[in-house]
Amino acid sequence: MPSDYWQTLRLTLALAACTTALLLVLGLPLAYALAYGRSRFKPLAEAVVSLPLVLPPTVIGFYLLVAFSDSSALGRFLIEKLGVSLNFTFPGILVGSLVYSLPFMVQPLQAGFGQVPRSLREAAYTLGKSRGTTLWRVLLPNMRPALLNGLVLTFAHTLGEFGVVLMIGGSLPGTTRVASIAIYDEVQSLHYAQANVYALTLLGVAFVILVALYWFTKRDAARLS
Amino acid sequence: MLDFHLLKALHTAAGPRTLDVRLTLAPGELLALSGPSGAGKTTLLRLLAGLDRPDDGFIQAASQTWYRAENRQWLPPQQRPLGFVFQDYALFPNMTVRENLAFAATGQPQPARTISDLLESLELTELAGRRPAVLSGGQQQRVALARALARRPRLLLLDEPLSALDLSTRLRLQQVLADVHRQFELTTILISHDPAEIARLATRVLELELGQVRRLGPPAAPAAPAKVVGRVLAGLPGGRLRVQLPGGIEIEVAGQAGVGEEVALVVEVAPPL
Repeated sequence: MPSDYWQTLRLTLALAACTTALLLVLGLPLAYALAYGRSRFKPLAEAVVSLPLVLPPTVIGFYLLVAFSDSSALGRFLIEKLGVSLNFTFPGILVGSLVYSLPFMVQPLQAGFGQVPRSLREAAYTLGKSRGTTLWRVLLPNMRPALLNGLVLTFAHTLGEFGVVLMIGGSLPGTTRVASIAIYDEVQSLHYAQANVYALTLLGVAFVILVALYWFTKRDAARLS
Repeated sequence: MLDFHLLKALHTAAGPRTLDVRLTLAPGELLALSGPSGAGKTTLLRLLAGLDRPDDGFIQAASQTWYRAENRQWLPPQQRPLGFVFQDYALFPNMTVRENLAFAATGQPQPARTISDLLESLELTELAGRRPAVLSGGQQQRVALARALARRPRLLLLDEPLSALDLSTRLRLQQVLADVHRQFELTTILISHDPAEIARLATRVLELELGQVRRLGPPAAPAAPAKVVGRVLAGLPGGRLRVQLPGGIEIEVAGQAGVGEEVALVVEVAPPL
């Protein structure tokens, strides 16, 4: 067992949980707008949301690292005006995770919104219900599999994050050293047994999460039909 | 009660056309909208409900302006006191029958009373705890109607409410519709393709073709009695027979004949309800 095993695991889970919770809050309005919006700029917005799927994580990490540093206007504003330095901190890797995992939350939600029949939404409107009430009482309950999908994929994807965190956060134990980076460090130091403990943990957690997802999806489908 | 002139670009099979309908409805009228598919019937209902925006015109409902193009007045669907029954019923799958009604009745005075009254008058009390997915088409249609009435609307819009149902269910629901229309003092617009249904229910009929009004007037007079030859499938208790008509429709009639015999039936369109 590596000496800082529990500390690293706690940090990894905290990053995944914070990323998932924040992305749910940010991703819902974004997915709603993409699913129902009719703006000319929708393809542009969809492309931006999907970019993290195709870009190497090191590219995202590199640009965020530059943006957070005092060599950029944004970084200078953050550091000098707000006193926030994001590079090599937990909030920094959290922002990186939010960008990196954005499509994993937004795409399932957008598809979920699209699959709810339009007449359900319109029926709620003709019953005098606001968009908010319709979202909460009609849309979300009828897209629970999509919601679960977004949550689980975002969580699992953040657990396995490597490139972005390494670029922005480096490998500071207890601050930015998540499990996937710990594996890399242990292998670099030829501590294969220690690396194996982290790797097995990630494998087990990912597997359990996916089994739970498919089990819940099946049960939910049976309940609504 | 309802006075409107609506214009909207239509994409029909015959190319681009304009839906252009000018109409005044008196309180208590039941207007049937008919015409071939693509004529603009559903579009007209959606414009009235505020689900789509017209290109031009106005909608005046009693003293309330729902839409007026010249001064850009527009009332969103939430604020138009009407009931809308969708062709696919649009019941909320995550709610039971009672919850569907309760969702609609929230914000109304005495919602619990409204819900139990509606469940009773549409014979849904026994089904109140069920979810829509386990109900038959006719039952779902009654729930959709009850839900639309839960807001106590003055105007009821029905998009082909009975077209997907079998003949006997349709006949029963026509009676329900006629009763509801009278009991709730509604002004109703109903899309229907069935001349017999229109003759039974409607006070006026508006026939649309490619967006234009082809005919507006009383429903066509009931057709003269016609003769149909059917085949007796079975004798039933109480001197009744089960007879199969051309096209496979089965009905029950009073009379006497042997199984397999052909019988001649005189068909009359029932008088308006």
